[in-house]
Amino acid sequence: MGVYLVQFLTGLASASALFLAASGLSIIFGVTRVVNFAHGSFYMLGAYFGFSFVQMVGGGAIGFWVALLLAAVAVGLVGLLVELVILRRLYKAPELFQLIATFGVILIVQDAALWAWGAEDLLGPRAPGLTGIVRIMGTPMPVYDLVLIAVGPLVLLALWLLFNRTRWGVLVRAATEDREMVGALGVNQSLLFTGVFVLGSMLAGLGGAIQLPKGGADLLMDFGILAEVFVVTVVGGMGSIFGAFLAAVLISQLNTFGILIWPGGTLVLMFILMAVILIVRPTGLLGRPETVGHKAAAGFEQALRPAGPHYKLFVGGLLACLAAAPVFVDEFQLVLITDIMVLALFATSLHFLMSTGGLVSFGHAAFYGGGAYTAALLVTYAASPFELALLLAPLGAGMLALVIGWFCVRLSGVYFAMLTLAFAQVAWSVAFQWSEVTNGDDGLLGIWPSLWASGTQVFYYLALVFCVGGIFLIRRVVFAPFGYGLRATRDSTLRAAAIGIDIKRQQLMAFVFAGAMAGLAGGLFAFSKGSVFPDEMSIPRSFDALLMVLLGGVESLSGPFVGAAAFTYLHDELITFEYWRLLVGSTIVALVLLFPQGLAGAAKHHLGRFLKLEADPEAAAPSPRRKAREA
Amino acid sequence: MGFRKVIGMAALAASVALTGGVQAADTIRIGDINSYKRLPAHTIPYRQGAELAIEQINAAGGVLGKPLEMISRDDQGKPGEAVRYAEELFAKEGVVMISGSLFSHVGLALSAYAGQKKRLYLAAEPLADSLVWQKGNRYTFRLRPSTYMQAAMLAEAAAESGAKRWATIAPNYAYGKDAVAAFKKILKAKNPEVEFVGEQWPALFKIDAGAEVQALEAAKPDGIFNVTFGSDLTKFVREGTLRELFQNRTVLGLLTGEPEYLDPLGAEAPKGWIVTGYPWYEIKKPEHQKFVEAYQAKFDDYPRIGSLVGYNTMLSIAAAMEKAGNTETEALVEAFKGLSLDTPVGPVTYRAIDHQSTMGAYVGVTDVKDGKGVMVDWSYRDGAAYLPSDEEVRKLRGAGS
Amino acid sequence: MSAPSTIERATDLPSLAVRNLNKAFGGVQAVRDVSFDLAEGELLALIGPNGAGKSTCFNMLNGQIPADSGSVRLAGEELLGYAPAEIWRRGVGRTFQITATFPSMTVAENVAMVLMSQQRELFSFFRSATHRHRDRAMELLDLVGMTGQADRPCGVLSYGDLKRVELAVALGNTPRVLLMDEPTAGMAPRERLELMGLAARLVGDLGISVLFTEHDMDIVFGHADRIIVLSRGALIAEGNAEQIRNDPLVLKTYLGEGQIYGQAED
Repeated sequence: MGVYLVQFLTGLASASALFLAASGLSIIFGVTRVVNFAHGSFYMLGAYFGFSFVQMVGGGAIGFWVALLLAAVAVGLVGLLVELVILRRLYKAPELFQLIATFGVILIVQDAALWAWGAEDLLGPRAPGLTGIVRIMGTPMPVYDLVLIAVGPLVLLALWLLFNRTRWGVLVRAATEDREMVGALGVNQSLLFTGVFVLGSMLAGLGGAIQLPKGGADLLMDFGILAEVFVVTVVGGMGSIFGAFLAAVLISQLNTFGILIWPGGTLVLMFILMAVILIVRPTGLLGRPETVGHKAAAGFEQALRPAGPHYKLFVGGLLACLAAAPVFVDEFQLVLITDIMVLALFATSLHFLMSTGGLVSFGHAAFYGGGAYTAALLVTYAASPFELALLLAPLGAGMLALVIGWFCVRLSGVYFAMLTLAFAQVAWSVAFQWSEVTNGDDGLLGIWPSLWASGTQVFYYLALVFCVGGIFLIRRVVFAPFGYGLRATRDSTLRAAAIGIDIKRQQLMAFVFAGAMAGLAGGLFAFSKGSVFPDEMSIPRSFDALLMVLLGGVESLSGPFVGAAAFTYLHDELITFEYWRLLVGSTIVALVLLFPQGLAGAAKHHLGRFLKLEADPEAAAPSPRRKAREA
Repeated sequence: MGFRKVIGMAALAASVALTGGVQAADTIRIGDINSYKRLPAHTIPYRQGAELAIEQINAAGGVLGKPLEMISRDDQGKPGEAVRYAEELFAKEGVVMISGSLFSHVGLALSAYAGQKKRLYLAAEPLADSLVWQKGNRYTFRLRPSTYMQAAMLAEAAAESGAKRWATIAPNYAYGKDAVAAFKKILKAKNPEVEFVGEQWPALFKIDAGAEVQALEAAKPDGIFNVTFGSDLTKFVREGTLRELFQNRTVLGLLTGEPEYLDPLGAEAPKGWIVTGYPWYEIKKPEHQKFVEAYQAKFDDYPRIGSLVGYNTMLSIAAAMEKAGNTETEALVEAFKGLSLDTPVGPVTYRAIDHQSTMGAYVGVTDVKDGKGVMVDWSYRDGAAYLPSDEEVRKLRGAGS
Repeated sequence: MSAPSTIERATDLPSLAVRNLNKAFGGVQAVRDVSFDLAEGELLALIGPNGAGKSTCFNMLNGQIPADSGSVRLAGEELLGYAPAEIWRRGVGRTFQITATFPSMTVAENVAMVLMSQQRELFSFFRSATHRHRDRAMELLDLVGMTGQADRPCGVLSYGDLKRVELAVALGNTPRVLLMDEPTAGMAPRERLELMGLAARLVGDLGISVLFTEHDMDIVFGHADRIIVLSRGALIAEGNAEQIRNDPLVLKTYLGEGQIYGQAED
């Protein structure tokens, strides 16, 4: 009995820590609608600052707790800096830009932390006076866990008082419900946003600092906590603090008792819970449906025109160049171009979903990896020939997309994006942990093409045919009735529904199609590298795709190709520097701030009209929705 | 819109031009690929060890009359990247072979690449057993003692301890599963009476330590086999100590004695665990002392296990080249088979049968001295004694090579 | 006024028979026990002050929001419970108070979209849609006088033109019933009469029954065959223009709201 009671209390202690980490994310999202991917970084910084401050302030129980609070304040200041320099300029931009920018912040913080605190894990200081145990029915229980159990509800109470008993808090709550309304009341909105962002950052910092006595600080904490806090936020309902608390308790108890029954189910269990809850309540336990008008995909209303004569000429020229490349470049450069083409197909499939469908997926790598694993599993277990495995890769990825999409298209906007991310994490954990089938982290090896296709040149042509073919197919679909129907759902859900378009079905099919195309890219990737690993499904892989789309510009169909080339080039150039993550991160942030249209978009803006590259110049005119937003 | 594609091609052309091939004929180049940013605490010592070896080799006149040169790439912990860098190193930098990697999956990807493209790869640190067995190939060799070998050393200690009921805790991914499987198999073979009463599989770097400790406690084992490491280990040790899990129990820790994992624990390092590791501070062998002194002089830091592996990696490569008499891949492969050399830890042989080196590990008992975790009562276990029979190895390796 | 009105009609069944429609938001009863018939070929106006529940009524009729209770029958067939897309397929078209078109498509494509949807071609992945159903779309655009702008993106059109496009879109599948929410809102007075005249003529020619809401009483009195009045969620009057003009309850309702008919703007 004592064992179960202690187990329950242990779960509550974990819940408190998790709640602290997640509540800030939820508050920030509720008011600013920014999905702050750097939240995990703030959590990590909280731990590092806490470690340093405890050393500086030193001795005694008071010093320890003061140091933790100082850590929270320090992280709050970092949050302030991030808000003022970066996010403030991006509130009106599509979510994608905020997402990419905060991802840049993650990279910057990683290198900054490495530089400041070194590579070795730091052992967290113990809380003075709270290092012992108490016995509950004979079972030992750390005192600090009991402290944690109290801290969670205390913070919850403090937040409740802040939001219900102070004018500032009331305004924040009002802003959570209706941003425009608060703006109309004459409240200084940017000040409010800044305040909320700082508060959220401080909570993340406190979360990182307060777990020090249970662990420490290390450089992998940021991504480590990210998936978990996102799940808590989504399950609780984005923007709801009570929801976050409830979800944290639920998930922690599930984990704590889950490992008694199914020790191998760590990680997966949490995602299953999330899926179940989202089936019953698509907006989470205490979440509100998103108000109409907040559309994640804003920024894609640009009209699409079929190719003009100049464009066709350019494409022809490019194809000729690619076809002739093996004559001019060496073997490694061929490999490089193959990589670029595969990435371009991957990025184009995501771009299709985002631009034509207005569906921003944060987890598109699930299908890239899905295709790669389909091919690799077929080769490994069914001794399937290379040709068949490659053709079935898009099918497998498409089926995965059908399952995941079925859940996701029930939501829209940021909720949709978050759910895709969470499901991509499910796919990743299955690939990572189910080693009996996927060989886990060690991956599936020896996935080489048939002998006839194994030469670098032959494989290059093969990839050329499939990638260019895939990209043309996607383009074809954009201009087919299906693409039109999808674009209709993006342009106006009201009108689409009123002329008999089944919006969810259209979106689901688009999700499946984009997934299948990503799967084709993944299959090609598998055979070009000879192996497949869970990394191909991981969050950073999904970000790569988003980054390529962003680099290429979200508004043009050929953007992803430019994006893939620029991505590969930048990556290869910057990686040779000692602090490359700092450089990549800063570059990403700078690109988002300076070229919101992407590289290709910027080039088009300056030269496109002059060169008359599109069939209809009027298509570049802004839509009324954008006019309205700017007004 | 095609205009953008022109930019794309221009970018490509620029990348090709900027990174364009340079080949120096007066040095022998070795391509080094490792996860320098993902796990710097492990990989930086590795690189420093390798750099020290190269410096010493070159000071003594180099190899085959030419100096060695190491070209490093950071694979970011991504196998796909590692393979691409491998291609780049061979195509552009003119390296004669590649070495390195810490993560098993990166090592396996490089090994698959080596096998397919017929290039030589010396896996330095990755531990996966399959690297030289199920997935072994003609072009891949490995230096560090594998998961199986180190688990076998601890299984031996487990059998000697007399504990009958065993529980295991390992991160829920390939390395953890390999280690537990090997440990169980060997221990069961040594002592058929043992029982395995519980196993815990925390997610890697996401351990819920309090709950895991409770679950282990509930199984009432006599002995615990721990495979967690890094931040998971820190949390596990803290919770386990507080919750009295380790009292009156035999606890084994795979790799726990390596400075990389033991040092961050400071004064909270567990006492009395039987671990594999690297007690560099107490190894009095003259060759080893010379290595430690040179390392400390050059880097103003003490060596970790990674440093030793990096050092031995370059010694092995130099020895193989001298034996082959040239740097042709096929000749080097033949030279590596059965290659013997002296290292700071003693003689090491690359087995012809599976390309695994016989470099061993130190097994000892943890203790805390002057506020730091150390290994005491340790001894060096030669790797050759902890490998399966030749027949078994042949079966594992299959018809491959 | 919950009893259905009886008027002369061409067939036995009304086009649309609405019975005891209810909808509450939280504690507020937005629509209370509303019942009325829309006869075949009839132009029926639904009027009422702001917040009377007109839009809620409309949104329930085309399935956009679920009704709490009641019944809506299209030529005898129950519609409640179906999604908007399905109700459209059964023959109930709709225009919106604030125009809803596809800004990234051309005018002709907007109309062609309806035809593709009607003919269930939306899951066709390979054929080109760029000039699909162009002839039929041009015919429809000709009806509303928009052929000249057929190839401009909807995103750049003036508001009045968008209203015309919406009309063409609404007529695309020749619905049995057309719901028009404030068809002339946001337009200049002369444009309003013009557009409503056009709409009335077209639906008359095609034999479509129309239910529309409107703030402009000139339009209502000038075009509606019959008028029903909604106040605080319930029907309070019904009749022709003359009857409504002189209904004391209607006068009180409008005056009580501080509005004189003819001047109300959205």
